[in-house]
Amino acid sequence: MTVQAKPVYRRLNVLKFELTKLRHRPDVLLSLLFLIVFSFLVIVPLLQILKGSLTYQQSDLRMVRGSVQGQLTAYHYLRVFTGRLAQSLFFKPFWHSLIVGFGVTFLAMTLGSLFAWVIVRTDIPFKPLFSVLMVTPYMMPSWVIALAWLTVFKNERIAGAQGMFTAMTGVSAPDWLSYGVVPIIICLGLHYYAYSFLLVSGALWTVNSELEEAAAIAGLNKRKILRKITFPIVIPALGSAFVLTFTRSMGTFGTPALLGLPVRFFTIPTQIYASINTRNNGDGYVLALVLVALAGVAIYINSRVIGKRRSFVTMQGKGFTSKPTRLGVWRYGIVSLMFLFIFIAIVLPVVILAWSTLMRIPGDYSLSNLTLHYWIGKSNFLMASGEEGIFRNPGIWSGAWNSIRLGVFAAVINGVLGLLIGYTVVRNRGSKLANSLEVMSFAPYVFPGIAMGAIYLGMFAKPFGPIPALYGTFALLVLIVVVKNMPFSSRSGISAMLQIDPSLEESARLQGASWLKRFRKIIFPLAATGFISGMLLTFITAMRELSLVILLVTPATRVLTTIIFAYQDQDQIQHANGVTLILLFIIIIANILVSRFYGTKSLFGLRNT
Amino acid sequence: MLVFFREALLSNIVLKGISKSFSGSPAVRSLNLEIEESQFVTLLGPSGCGKTTTLRLIAGLEDPDAGEIFIGGKLIFSREKGVFIPPEKRQLGLIFQSYALWPHMTVYKNISLGLEEQKLPKEEIERRVTTVLEKVQLTPYRDRYPSELSGGQQQRVAIARMIASEPDIFLMDEPLSNLDAMLRVDMRAELKRLHYELGATTVYVTHDQVEALTLSDKIAVMMDGELRQFGSPREIYHYPTDLFVARFVGSPRINTIPGALARQEGKLLFRSAFFEKALQRTFDFEGRDVIATIRPEDIAFSTTPQSGWLEMQVYSVLPAGSETIITVRKDDLPLTIKAPGFADVEMNDHIWIDFDIARMNFYHPQTENLIPAA
Repeated sequence: MTVQAKPVYRRLNVLKFELTKLRHRPDVLLSLLFLIVFSFLVIVPLLQILKGSLTYQQSDLRMVRGSVQGQLTAYHYLRVFTGRLAQSLFFKPFWHSLIVGFGVTFLAMTLGSLFAWVIVRTDIPFKPLFSVLMVTPYMMPSWVIALAWLTVFKNERIAGAQGMFTAMTGVSAPDWLSYGVVPIIICLGLHYYAYSFLLVSGALWTVNSELEEAAAIAGLNKRKILRKITFPIVIPALGSAFVLTFTRSMGTFGTPALLGLPVRFFTIPTQIYASINTRNNGDGYVLALVLVALAGVAIYINSRVIGKRRSFVTMQGKGFTSKPTRLGVWRYGIVSLMFLFIFIAIVLPVVILAWSTLMRIPGDYSLSNLTLHYWIGKSNFLMASGEEGIFRNPGIWSGAWNSIRLGVFAAVINGVLGLLIGYTVVRNRGSKLANSLEVMSFAPYVFPGIAMGAIYLGMFAKPFGPIPALYGTFALLVLIVVVKNMPFSSRSGISAMLQIDPSLEESARLQGASWLKRFRKIIFPLAATGFISGMLLTFITAMRELSLVILLVTPATRVLTTIIFAYQDQDQIQHANGVTLILLFIIIIANILVSRFYGTKSLFGLRNT
Repeated sequence: MLVFFREALLSNIVLKGISKSFSGSPAVRSLNLEIEESQFVTLLGPSGCGKTTTLRLIAGLEDPDAGEIFIGGKLIFSREKGVFIPPEKRQLGLIFQSYALWPHMTVYKNISLGLEEQKLPKEEIERRVTTVLEKVQLTPYRDRYPSELSGGQQQRVAIARMIASEPDIFLMDEPLSNLDAMLRVDMRAELKRLHYELGATTVYVTHDQVEALTLSDKIAVMMDGELRQFGSPREIYHYPTDLFVARFVGSPRINTIPGALARQEGKLLFRSAFFEKALQRTFDFEGRDVIATIRPEDIAFSTTPQSGWLEMQVYSVLPAGSETIITVRKDDLPLTIKAPGFADVEMNDHIWIDFDIARMNFYHPQTENLIPAA
């Protein structure tokens, strides 16, 4: 028998044991470090918004007699929710956001689930082509369609120039068609249907048609089968799609800004932008909290829905039959409609943007009006306020370089962190560390991009704790994009890790391989495909990011998206549209390069979100 | 013939009071086990009995909640004393049920990775890989990927990978369970030969009692996280310490007959509902109810009446070539008899049987423990 040590020594020994163990698990140490830093980057901003919304800001001093900066007050809440301006500050934008949210969700879910059903469960031709084309809009910034819409439908009353529609028909486009709720819903619907499409087709793939055949044998007719068997199985996916699309369209900035601001149609995100731009930061913070709360509720609902969905996963057995529904005479009609849709949602916007960049004077559609000036022309004060052509323009070149740098940095940092988080979460499933990592890395999801930009602007304008003043640096852009993308990269890291059987690493461990070596030789190569597609997704997201960075860029750190927004703001649409095409071009090239190296899998990486 | 030079290292394994639970439910309960140098020890039990957990505790892939582990006399784990040697420093080899071959590496790379870890010179690595590949007869496959190999070949790569790094101890977690029946029998012979040649201490986990009996020097039978019996195959087979072990080991399953030990005219008898039989041994359990066990091959039978033998009716006959399994019934008592070759017995025949009384064991009807002869 061993002699029992005294309790104190025993406790010390147990501590020594835990420390010895930790020494061989750098992933745990790294994750702890990450958790601390990341909490700082997520929780502090949230507290900052709260504090900002509850205290007098510098700009308030003029408005409120006797106020002291930093003093505790409910002033902003009263102003936003009950004051004289409450209608225009909160209720109208909130109402607009709700209409846009529901409208977009309805349109997107209808389109998305219809396409999903047609592609997965019917006998249409060109299935592989369609499933790739259908997710293409997701790779473009959501406001590309809005830019194209403006080019076509803008009217001279508000924009000062006529769009293609007016030029061709001679009829002036009515305001409701040019700006506001109708075009916003259409443009966002044509972008966000991708979520419903991916989620619903994912669910439909798991439906064993034997289930439907069994129902048919049991005497149910086709409509009843759809209602009683197929529909219940996709309900959880529809639920997720609803929550995702609704929160995204409530929180989006670009499209409502382009199509709403000219007619003073505000949604919550554009109102936040307006408040902060007019230095009413406190109001902006209160509105940002509204969006954070909404996103929080949505995540809660979504987690309940996903929690239920787990019970359906067991059906993903291999080798089941899937007998497509025969469309008969409808087949060619439906295929034509789908090609028409792709033409309208993908091809047409790009063609319109391209064409508009070739027009000397916007709105004149005669051949003699065509010019390459906006692409290659030298500075000419008669055209585009003297802006040089896109290819000559050093501002655009440096913006493109910044965008690419931003994308690459974010992709690498997010990819590595996501993999590390995935590793720690999967290997320590159920532990406190794993749970808090999962929650914390998902937390930035609740921040609307524009609100997060506003907070980081306030936080890093001066030195904050050990961190120097980052405002105006490129590092700040990288930091915010990395934080904002963490929810997605940690998710894809987790799903990549779940594919790797623990025994593969354990056998390397018994062979004497250290943690670093195991990670480098076993884990990383096996997770590489997921890792690369996750990086591509981050790259694309970072490239098209507008709302997050629009408040943080300075002339030296401008990226393509903010350049586009600025040109659009100054009504230099040839430049705005041309730079958009360059952005699209870079995204497409990146996608082609990655799928060239890693097969078609990079496109399937999109399913991770 | 290749010769593997092994240093005379001490590589016995001692588990002292090892306990492990997973989120509240105990998997191993205060387990004490001593595995001697160069022995082939099997952990045998039904699924969920804690045998794989025990193996992973020895490997260091799980940490016990309490207890100590020694390898070669050296303490390698003790929470209480603050000692933890990580798996990568324990110099063990482990074959996983799934083989755990790295899918992105060739056979050669799979084997050489661990050797590079040992900082061996290039020529030595090359020599060792070549040697082990020859040993497992996979030389032509050195540049293949695991997915290009059959199940049996993958199994042999896993073995090659383990023996190439020359560990002191081999751990094997149901290594044959993914192979088809024929291959499994062949691989048993290979594994036994391998152990004979290399002499490494081996801990082998299986739920297949035939595998345990055929391969082991010693078998540890486990149930519900507890060690039920630890002994040689012969002891386990002939003297199971409780009814669970008796029933778990042996195929077809052992016969159990309720009855009592009684003394009559100075002789000790086993008396059941329909027969009694004099015993040559004495027990301190006279006059009490017991459960008797007898292996199917320890029951003799005859198709003609024999004096003093028991008449039974045949319920079913299952000839399997080398042996015939005959089940008989009397009242509610079923008995299984194993006879060599094809037996000339038909359904519903009357046959006469006799028990090899020296092979009969007696168990306490409540505790189900073996009643030792006095």
